[in-house]
Amino acid sequence: MRVDLKDIRKYFGPVRANDGITLTLEEGRIYGLLGENGAGKSTLMKILSGYQPQDSGDISIDGQVVDFDSPASALAGGVGMLYQDPHDLPPFRVIDNYLLGRDKRVRLDYADAERELKETMGRYGFILDLNARVDTLSLGERQQLELVRLLAGGAQVLILDEPTTGISADQKVLLFESMRKLAFEENKTLILVSHKLSEVQELCNHAFVLRRGQLVGQSEVPCFNEALVQMMFGQIPARSERVLFELGDPVLEVDNLTVSDRRLTVEGVNLSIQAGEVFGVAGLEGSGQRHLLQACAGLLHPEVGSIKMAGADVAGWSYHHMQKAGMAYIAAGRLEEGLVAGLTMTEHLVLAQPEHSYFVDWNGARQQMEDRIDHYQIVGRPESTADELSGGNQQRLLFALLNSPLRLLLLEHPTRGLDVQSTNYIWELLYQRREDGTAILFMSADLDEVVERSDRIAVFFGGRMSRIVKASETSVEELGHLIGGQS
Amino acid sequence: MRSRRTLRQGLMWAWPIVPVVGALVFTFGMLPLFGVNPFEAMEAFFDGALGDLPKRLNLLAFWVPLVITSIGLLVTFTAGLWNIGVEGQIIMGAIAASFIALNVKAPPVVLIFLELTLAMIAGGLWAALSAVLKTRGRVHEIFSGLALNAIAVIFTNYLISGPWQPPEGGSFRGTAPFQDGALLPLFGDSRFSVLSLILALVAFVLVFITLRGTFWGLKLKALGKNPFSAYLLGVSSERETILAMAFCGALAGLAGSIRVLSWFDSLRQSISGGIGFLALLVVMLATYRILLVPFVALFFAAVLRGSTTLHLRTQLHTSLGGILTGVMVLFVLLFGDPKRLGLFKDKKDGDGGGPEVSGRPVDPFGKDIPLGE
Amino acid sequence: MNDTELVRILSSIVLASAPLIIAVCGETLTERSGIVNLSLDGTMLMGAMLGFIVAFESGVVWYGFLAGAAIGSLFALIIAFGSIQLRQSQFAIGFVLTLLGDDLSSFLGQNYTRTPGPTVPHTGIPLLKDIPIVGPILFDHDIVVYFAFALVAVSWWFLNKTQPGLHLRGAGERPEAAFARGVGVNRVRYLYTIIGGALVGIAGAAYSLNVKIGWSDGHTRGLGWIALAIVIFGGWSPVRGAFGALLFGATKALATVLQRTFPEVSVVIFNAIPWVLMLFVLLAVGSDFTERFISMLPKSIQPPLRSLLRVSPPMALGTTFEQD
Repeated sequence: MRVDLKDIRKYFGPVRANDGITLTLEEGRIYGLLGENGAGKSTLMKILSGYQPQDSGDISIDGQVVDFDSPASALAGGVGMLYQDPHDLPPFRVIDNYLLGRDKRVRLDYADAERELKETMGRYGFILDLNARVDTLSLGERQQLELVRLLAGGAQVLILDEPTTGISADQKVLLFESMRKLAFEENKTLILVSHKLSEVQELCNHAFVLRRGQLVGQSEVPCFNEALVQMMFGQIPARSERVLFELGDPVLEVDNLTVSDRRLTVEGVNLSIQAGEVFGVAGLEGSGQRHLLQACAGLLHPEVGSIKMAGADVAGWSYHHMQKAGMAYIAAGRLEEGLVAGLTMTEHLVLAQPEHSYFVDWNGARQQMEDRIDHYQIVGRPESTADELSGGNQQRLLFALLNSPLRLLLLEHPTRGLDVQSTNYIWELLYQRREDGTAILFMSADLDEVVERSDRIAVFFGGRMSRIVKASETSVEELGHLIGGQS
Repeated sequence: MRSRRTLRQGLMWAWPIVPVVGALVFTFGMLPLFGVNPFEAMEAFFDGALGDLPKRLNLLAFWVPLVITSIGLLVTFTAGLWNIGVEGQIIMGAIAASFIALNVKAPPVVLIFLELTLAMIAGGLWAALSAVLKTRGRVHEIFSGLALNAIAVIFTNYLISGPWQPPEGGSFRGTAPFQDGALLPLFGDSRFSVLSLILALVAFVLVFITLRGTFWGLKLKALGKNPFSAYLLGVSSERETILAMAFCGALAGLAGSIRVLSWFDSLRQSISGGIGFLALLVVMLATYRILLVPFVALFFAAVLRGSTTLHLRTQLHTSLGGILTGVMVLFVLLFGDPKRLGLFKDKKDGDGGGPEVSGRPVDPFGKDIPLGE
Repeated sequence: MNDTELVRILSSIVLASAPLIIAVCGETLTERSGIVNLSLDGTMLMGAMLGFIVAFESGVVWYGFLAGAAIGSLFALIIAFGSIQLRQSQFAIGFVLTLLGDDLSSFLGQNYTRTPGPTVPHTGIPLLKDIPIVGPILFDHDIVVYFAFALVAVSWWFLNKTQPGLHLRGAGERPEAAFARGVGVNRVRYLYTIIGGALVGIAGAAYSLNVKIGWSDGHTRGLGWIALAIVIFGGWSPVRGAFGALLFGATKALATVLQRTFPEVSVVIFNAIPWVLMLFVLLAVGSDFTERFISMLPKSIQPPLRSLLRVSPPMALGTTFEQD
């Protein structure tokens, strides 16, 4: 199936997400779609997969112009997209997930579905428990289920959106193998949307590079990295210098910690972080890192073991108590777990103050917010509400709300979805906090970030923490192995 | 350019009048179906509410507890709470005031002070009970409110027919009348008490300042919009829920005491007069804007006062007043937001960005909100 | 109390609970699709009033049920439209409709209070009704009761074993994902909200035509709220919801029996029982007691028991979905 995109345009107000993109996709090949955040990759693929309509331009399949008005009609037309967070239904069982929307028959034929599923899964080496609930599956397994569903629905063109973030090394190998099989043996067209050059080089035949909504270049792959980087950024971004910093006394001491919730039990965690240190935690989604962070924040209480902050035993302390003692926690979901949609930036700032009087000095607060907007380079006004800001600015706002000095700063995915400039800037600000003696404990799914920004690193797998390694003495490959459970 | 924008903003702000007028036309337009002349009906409403001085004063007397309760509800609505239990809080306030009125001997000033204070405490505690059932028992405040309403009504009936019955025997109409000094001083030949008006004014200013100018008000606003984020920002959801409900309950209790000490002279079966639910409607019609609440409350009070006269003149059931107010609120709820109706469209609006889900899921249990300290 | 008396009481519980079962099934369908119809109390009052009046005026009982279904659908449609199209609060609209339903039913029904009217004819199922004990309790009633049973079974089968049922559940759990599978989420929500509302209206009519015959001011007041609580208590499952409805019916019967046995205790206490029970059942499912209780039991029966007693709302309940 040959896909032609002609002059696709999509504008969101003044933002030109897709500004006249034309490209061709042939069958039996794996394409890479490269570009930094905000380049327009997701928008373009959402248009191709029927999730949203283009403002102008045509999509043709095998020479025929098509108009998809929904993902289901796109799938019927042969185009399916696998999202980073797959569009599945967590409370459903695997087999019900597969069956939803599968066909028009009223009665559900479980025997039939089981047969189909097992056959397709077998072809690519996927193994899933058909009666398990989807919310008990790992991300990699959810991806496999969704892939199988798309294939069963007749997808000839498969788009995979950043599929390797958050899956294990084994699952990645399996995924790449099946992608090769689909393209080279079954003659399907595959598109890998990614910002990871190494993966594109490894897997793809041809790469398209988007920058600021436009197709700025393409190349047969493999090729020289520099060529791609040049096209993606226009220039090679400078890697920030890692400055050696003198560390202080231990700020956080975790001893034989066991903490659990309904899904997972995390056991036997031992670590100690010194003032001014940046400690990175890597691992698959749901391996326990979040539990560690929430335990240190006072949101989860440990069953066994102790947590000490600046020498004080804080294991039973509530989150608010920890906050008052100099802990700050920024969760992953910006609008769901940190900012309040409908409240202005100034109002957020007032709430975040450690000391407050009974009455609010709105003028003073507004002034303060303007200062912070300046310092953190937030695009917005003090009266802008949190939901009016873009994702990157929301993250900057969350950082702007932090007080100083802090003893312990806990961050979940601090730069998720941010472009390189924003990421560098955020890390600059974080490094500045070391001067105050702040210890930083952060978790990230991006191994590059973990290796580059941390002083020391630990990896979580299945509720247990690996040995702690120095960032300067390890590599992304070694971490990848640790994540996969091999020590 | 600027004046056009302000005009547009003004029109958007004033738009809700359209559905209100629409509702009036709709309801009155239906009356001929029941053999009633709509103009006669309107006249009856006017007469009943504003016909002569005593009537106007009584309108005020009805309005005062309604406006106090409505103002209190603004606090709970800000915190994202559906305080359906406000009826019960009014009743408990009335019961508390009645307790003092029937059992305590003291000079009038002291007596009244005790009645009003105990009423506020009783209403506040009754509301706090709902709140605790929510924070500790994960029972949604709608259900605890309804249950506590029913229990308050049952308690009232028990008191009226039992321990507090009038000397001539239980009659289910009301308790024994209160001693003279217990009642609020009334103005002229009406049921209006100047003191109650002063209290209403104080309540208004208090809530206005609280919601706009205090840190606590901001905490409630955050809690109402996103409890989990508010928690992470330092707002204790349990503490503020209980306090917000108690605040509203106290005002509701105050309203109840005013009812029982000025509108009536004893505790009656229908002591709340439906003011609690009516107050919820008032706040909804006023689109949660505090400055509009007193006016909407006055309007509703007029409608309800008018419906009694309407009944006397046309034999129409008094529930017509409730129907009118209900239809008005419904129309404003449905058609009161010009943006959602597609009017005053902005280039910024409208995404074309694919399907999206908005609104927070209703979780009857609020399971993922941690309790504060 | 001897055996036949007990059987008679159980039988009357089944009869009296049938309307509640119907209402609970209806609202379960609605909420599973993602919408909360808070107007149940008003809908049932209107259904009871209109049902009785239409049946009375026409002489045909079944027209009364149609009228109930119609008004229930109308109220539900208003809520669905207001929520889906106009994106206003489901709670607010539902609450106003509750009050409106109360006032409207008083207003329109004022001339029909204390009037005797038609009732649903009794149709015991031959053979089955003669089975000792179980027979009279389950099979010696009328079409309304059998409809309630059938409704529970059909709802359960529909939700769990059919493709449209998956659509319904998908719309309520994760609308974006359902949409990606070709489910017309908002169409589904309209459909099941209206169907649910119609059932609630039928339940109201069933009350005034089958249980407490006739009409009076505030005839069914409170039942709608109890139905909402039972939906939660039943974990959004029609079968468990039906059990919840029977439980409430049993409580009422118990109250009557206790009243007769202890006539000196004020009737007011017994009036409070359904409300206190409602608080208790909500406390039981909402708080951690059930979970703590289950963890004390042997490990082998924990998982099935947990899934049996699982009470989690549809994940997207109360949210709005814009299909672009």
